[in-house]
Amino acid sequence: MNLDFDFAAEQPKLVQLLLGIVAFCAVVALLLLLLDRAPMRQRARLHAAILLAPALILLAIGLVVPAVRTTMLSFMSGDGAAWVGLDNYIWMFTQPEAVTVLRNTLIWLALVPILVTSVGLLYAVVVDRTRFESIAKSLVFLPMAISFVGAGIIWKFVYAYRPEESDQIGLLNQIVVALGGTPQQWLLEPPLNTLFLIVVMVWIQAGFATVVLSAAIKGIPAEIIEAAKLDGASPVQMFFRVTLPSIRSAVVVVLVTQSIGTLKLFDIVRTMTGGQFDTSVIANEMYNQAFRYGETGKGAALAVFLFVLVTPIVVYQIRQRREAVR
Amino acid sequence: MSLLSHPARVALIAGSVGLALVAGGCGSSEPTSTAGGDGGTSAECAPYAEYGKHEGKKVSIYSPIRDVEADLFQQTWAPFEKCTGMKINYEGTGEFEAQIQVRADGGNPPDIAFFPQPGLLERFAKAGKLKPASAKVKELADKNWSADWTKYSTIDDVFYGAPLGASVKSFVWYSPSMFKERGWAIPKTWDELMTLSETIAAGGVKPWCAGIESGDATGWPATDWIEDVLLREIGPEGYDEWVGHKLAFNDPKVVAAVDKVGAILKNDKFVNGGYGPVKSIASTAFQEGGVPITAGKCALHRQASFYANFWPEGTKVAEDGDVFAFYLPGNDPAKKPVLGAGEFVAAFADRPEVQAVQAYLATADYANARMKLGTYVSANKGVDIANAQNPIDKLSIEMLQDPNTVFRFDGSDLMPAAVGAGTFWKGMTDWINGKDTKTVLDFIENSWPKS
Repeated sequence: MNLDFDFAAEQPKLVQLLLGIVAFCAVVALLLLLLDRAPMRQRARLHAAILLAPALILLAIGLVVPAVRTTMLSFMSGDGAAWVGLDNYIWMFTQPEAVTVLRNTLIWLALVPILVTSVGLLYAVVVDRTRFESIAKSLVFLPMAISFVGAGIIWKFVYAYRPEESDQIGLLNQIVVALGGTPQQWLLEPPLNTLFLIVVMVWIQAGFATVVLSAAIKGIPAEIIEAAKLDGASPVQMFFRVTLPSIRSAVVVVLVTQSIGTLKLFDIVRTMTGGQFDTSVIANEMYNQAFRYGETGKGAALAVFLFVLVTPIVVYQIRQRREAVR
Repeated sequence: MSLLSHPARVALIAGSVGLALVAGGCGSSEPTSTAGGDGGTSAECAPYAEYGKHEGKKVSIYSPIRDVEADLFQQTWAPFEKCTGMKINYEGTGEFEAQIQVRADGGNPPDIAFFPQPGLLERFAKAGKLKPASAKVKELADKNWSADWTKYSTIDDVFYGAPLGASVKSFVWYSPSMFKERGWAIPKTWDELMTLSETIAAGGVKPWCAGIESGDATGWPATDWIEDVLLREIGPEGYDEWVGHKLAFNDPKVVAAVDKVGAILKNDKFVNGGYGPVKSIASTAFQEGGVPITAGKCALHRQASFYANFWPEGTKVAEDGDVFAFYLPGNDPAKKPVLGAGEFVAAFADRPEVQAVQAYLATADYANARMKLGTYVSANKGVDIANAQNPIDKLSIEMLQDPNTVFRFDGSDLMPAAVGAGTFWKGMTDWINGKDTKTVLDFIENSWPKS
């Protein structure tokens, strides 16, 4: 394969790149000049307007316009040629395969944030102030460094199946065989296969929860713990009456970020099953419909629905933050 | 806020940084010499004289074919580039189906695209994005290909481009040495095929092996199976009706054909040699589907001619070698419809140099030159069979060139993508995974796009 970078052939792109850089510098220079020339008295407000303008314009082009267009597309036919009213949404809530997708997303949403938070919390409490704390935390944090696609491939091997008579290459089936069982096709049996995919997500995200919650636990004032101990609180009481209420806001942060991440989940499903065997989730189906099947309308409808699902969580998070500031 | 109190100075700095970047960028983009130029010697270039001179012109090609095969393409047309003076920018991608749409919508289409799915080509033609092929390309295509082929790139009586490569799908791979040793004969009819399967199964070997896992295209090898049998059961005309959705997907005739395949693929006695029970078909990669034949754990594997590339290293593909293929028989040994696939060369631009490339790729000269470099099959009638690089290419070309052969294109490539690259694949995967025929076919029928 020819990997030489041919400057002559790439010249149009390079010129575009340079134009972009020059334009950027020009805009920055212009902004600064405008700021300088603004009348003294109204400076504060003008400054804000001038400095915010580029961000607002970019936000409009990159976020608002596509959102409006996607919403419009969701009421149109597959090729975007005709208005079809609510057909795409009706399809989404009535067709069995689309309903399966929604059901799977709900399973993910119900399990992942809770599992990640509880695994992370348990781990953080158990290793807290032990000798090997830093090593233990690094270990559980390691999977965070692996991309979702990479993790998907790793776990595909963990779940790999080979017939009974030949050597197993999958860790899970090898364990099953060693215990005297027969190898299983883990990723083929709905609805259990969705749970096997969820394990992957928990494996990746637990480290994040551990680190955030562990930091919060360390932030609990020593006096409170001491007072509770003097009052004769048992370890279980300590956990539920002292530790948990003290780190409530950190727990909420973990739950919320995990919920949003779970709703948008795409990579694990696409890498491991491609959405086959009733494991598809909204983001995966959206990609399939819009980009593989040319059914832009249905894809857009799924995207809009995903947006609707994420919105309340985001609103809740912003409210929480405001309260925390107060 | 010292930054804001000296805005003029900052502006100056920003400006000069920009200038420095411009200067740096220009310095590194010194033009280097490209292909073409003086045009080579006249004798070498005589065959390319008819395409004219296109000094310094560029043609971009976008295609799903990558790696080794892509390099061979470029080697093949290098003399053409040199003699006409143009430069062909070839880009292969693994995401052709999705990206070609994005590029066309974004106003940045390639000049030429190699479409492996006539259904996709039709979508672009109907959207008015493709340019009709020139009279010369049409003349060449009519001369070199049968009407079975050219009809796939003719939409509403407008011809959009000639076919390029081809593959034959109606093959059953087997081990000649194993057959000889056990005294099995190559079946000539479907009944003989089933009897042979019974015989092999009685001998303690699972006769068939298969694999349909293929990333997000999982399921396609099973759809090929269905199409091949359907083509034999309801004939080429019925097959065309089915592809065009004039015959419902859940019609009793289709159900019967699918069940006929099910008698093999969903029969634990017959599959999945070397891999386990029926369900292991769904999780076995298609590339590995037939490999157990080489270990004697399976005897038969239905897969296209290109499977020749997937045998383990050192496997001899020949009639007297380790593996070879026979024609998947139908009920009537006199009728031999062939299921296959291939690419079509359609253009988004009609500049003279683009049309020259299209014309060149439609010639027998191109196909022969490409075949001399490595394994390649084309349905081009002008192809010299002596150029075939291996016995399976030879067999494929013989079948494609036989005037009695009725050729039909892989149906899932002709249907709307929502079915052909979506629910049909998914449905057949579910079918292998345990769902019954009627449920799966109803599901596919309901997913056919309205309008």
